Amino acid sequence: MKLKFKEGLCSGCRVCEAACAMAVFGEENPKKAALRVRGHFPAPGTYDVAVCDQCGECAEACPVEAIKKVDGHYEVNAEECTGCLLCVEACPRGVMFTHRDREAPFKCTLCGTCIEFCPRGALVDEEAMERGA
Amino acid sequence: MALEGYAGCLLRVDPGTKTARKDPLDPGLAKDFLGGRGFVAKLLYDEVPPGTDPLGPENKVIIATGPLSGLFLPACGKVAFGAKSPLTGGYGDSNMGGHFGPEVKYAGYDAIVIEGASPKPCYIFIDDDRVEVRDAARLWGKGSFETEAALKAELGEDFQVASIGPAGENGCLYACISHDWGRQAGRTGVGTVLGAKKVKALAVRGSKTIRVADPQGAFAKGKEMFRACFAKPGFKEWMTQGTAGVTDWVNEMGAFPTRDFSTGYFEGHKKINGQALLDKIWVTHKGCFCCPIPCGKYSRGVLDGKEFYVEGPEYESIALLGGNLMLDDITEVAYANHVCDDLGIDTISGGAVVGFALECFERGIIGAREVGREVRFGDLESVVYLLEHIARREGIGEALSLGVKRCAERWGRGAERFAPHVKGMEFSGYESRWAPAMMLAYMTADIGAHHNRAWAITFDAAVGRDKLEGKAAKVIELQHIRPLFDALGLCRLPWVEIAFELQHYADIFPLITGIPYTWDDLLGVSERVFNLTRAFNFRHVPGFGRGFDYPAPRFYEDPVPSGPAQGKVIGRDKLDFLLDDYYKLRGWDEDGRPAAKTLKRLGLDAVVADIGAK
Repeated sequence: MKLKFKEGLCSGCRVCEAACAMAVFGEENPKKAALRVRGHFPAPGTYDVAVCDQCGECAEACPVEAIKKVDGHYEVNAEECTGCLLCVEACPRGVMFTHRDREAPFKCTLCGTCIEFCPRGALVDEEAMERGA
Repeated sequence: MALEGYAGCLLRVDPGTKTARKDPLDPGLAKDFLGGRGFVAKLLYDEVPPGTDPLGPENKVIIATGPLSGLFLPACGKVAFGAKSPLTGGYGDSNMGGHFGPEVKYAGYDAIVIEGASPKPCYIFIDDDRVEVRDAARLWGKGSFETEAALKAELGEDFQVASIGPAGENGCLYACISHDWGRQAGRTGVGTVLGAKKVKALAVRGSKTIRVADPQGAFAKGKEMFRACFAKPGFKEWMTQGTAGVTDWVNEMGAFPTRDFSTGYFEGHKKINGQALLDKIWVTHKGCFCCPIPCGKYSRGVLDGKEFYVEGPEYESIALLGGNLMLDDITEVAYANHVCDDLGIDTISGGAVVGFALECFERGIIGAREVGREVRFGDLESVVYLLEHIARREGIGEALSLGVKRCAERWGRGAERFAPHVKGMEFSGYESRWAPAMMLAYMTADIGAHHNRAWAITFDAAVGRDKLEGKAAKVIELQHIRPLFDALGLCRLPWVEIAFELQHYADIFPLITGIPYTWDDLLGVSERVFNLTRAFNFRHVPGFGRGFDYPAPRFYEDPVPSGPAQGKVIGRDKLDFLLDDYYKLRGWDEDGRPAAKTLKRLGLDAVVADIGAK
């Protein structure tokens, strides 16, 4: 799976954020989502969604190798994480997140829930599209 | 009782003493009034005594989310703003979409009660547990757009902002509260009350998790609800134009407010309809929190070489600023909408007041001397001139800022005959002389002539537009269903527009709250709230009763002069039939006062003595 944001479709409703937090943490709390809708208002009046493309720079930056690739996505091992947040600094898309409830940062696990529930088709699995699925 | 689905806390802020207090949410309040509009009604009834000056420090602004606000389920971004209305002197509330309500809940509050008044301009800063009343001298006088931009620039994009414009600062009685670049709590002058407290804005950020009774069950049901929305036949096409899409239909019905509600068909409507919006000014769809069918359209227009942005125009703004003012260019309507939003004027009351002024000018009731210039229908300059004077309350704007009822009382000379209002609040976008259920809905809405309690015109169309029988029963049914959404923190449009089944909400409610209510139980709460707000009006509005449930004589004496409804009018005797039927079905007396038996059935025993119910 390759999560991708398609320009021009997002309406800023943030279903993706609510769905993500439920899927990953089982919590009603968009602040625990591993992606972010960003509006650009009052001009030009557009939205984009910052999503993880699994580039791996977080893993490169981690001094204790607490971030490893598992099944096509990078995963933070909260037990091994020391909370230095170098990965947050290193992330080029701003999608390594923190929350005061959690000592370790968290990120997209490529579960695909956001894709399923985006009402506008603004989030897609690029690999599936290439396969014609 | 554990309060699942709720944040569990009620925040009280006094901007005068710069103090904040956090009270645990009373489980009884949650159970009996749910949230949102229910909380507004109960808190205002209990805490704002009769005789309170709506613009005095004793009035309160209540901002209330619902138990379903901010969760993973369709269209749960609504929040209620309420206060004793400065426009009507009675119960006032207005709901707003966007992302403000959910953020309030993530910050840990089901409701915010703003009490007292500040001597100096201030704004209320809320960042989870941190609550501060901060100086806003630099923001005072600024438009809503500039205010939102300034606060976001200073505090961060992740703060949600609700603010008033100059109209609210200066005491225009129908000032709105604006949020997210074009979402408003528009009606009843809630923005005016905020302005009287010198509260320019609220900026809120929250990071907390909302606990629900059955997280797995709620997630599964939430998914099912989204999938059910996606599968609805109207899911894709309805969203394309949003509410602007009904413009043609309302004209075909002969119910489009045109030329100060003098008629119900606007020749130029195709130039200001949803298609015109898409073709000429549309930028993006703009959704409220978790909405699968975003009705919001964000637009960019260029007039005289100057670019402007606005959310909308939505249907109501198209009706009141378009047909009602005879503007037949969607860009001009959008600009008038932009001006209202920036000044913080409700587009509905604002459009109705300007239309009324233009008709009064045409009839010679007011002249160029009072107005300061010639003004006419169909002229954007006239419209903007009047709106700016209203917001500043200068010249003719001083009278106009009071609403059509008070203007008519002041000017006399027959203006009362056609002033478009009920209870002092201006009509929204349906000219109802050939729509008895819709007219009755306007007559009996607790806040005045607004459609959100019962959008009954579709029922008139379905069962016959001359028919009177059965209309009262339908209006009551709608007056319980529709405001229930406002109590739960939801938007009703998935149900209204794509026939999303109500049972879904009944199914998810216990999964969220743990309260084993059925849909009928929820409707029972809605009926309780409707009777409580009626009682509020009896307590607060001198002489309140049946006489406050009629529109001005034009709307029951003068046949519609043109369009599909030409020749139609529902006479006073017929309005009386509708009202009698309505009161009887509600368990109210002939004066429209809830009977003691009715109040007791609804658990409102204490209200019986308050209003002398028999």
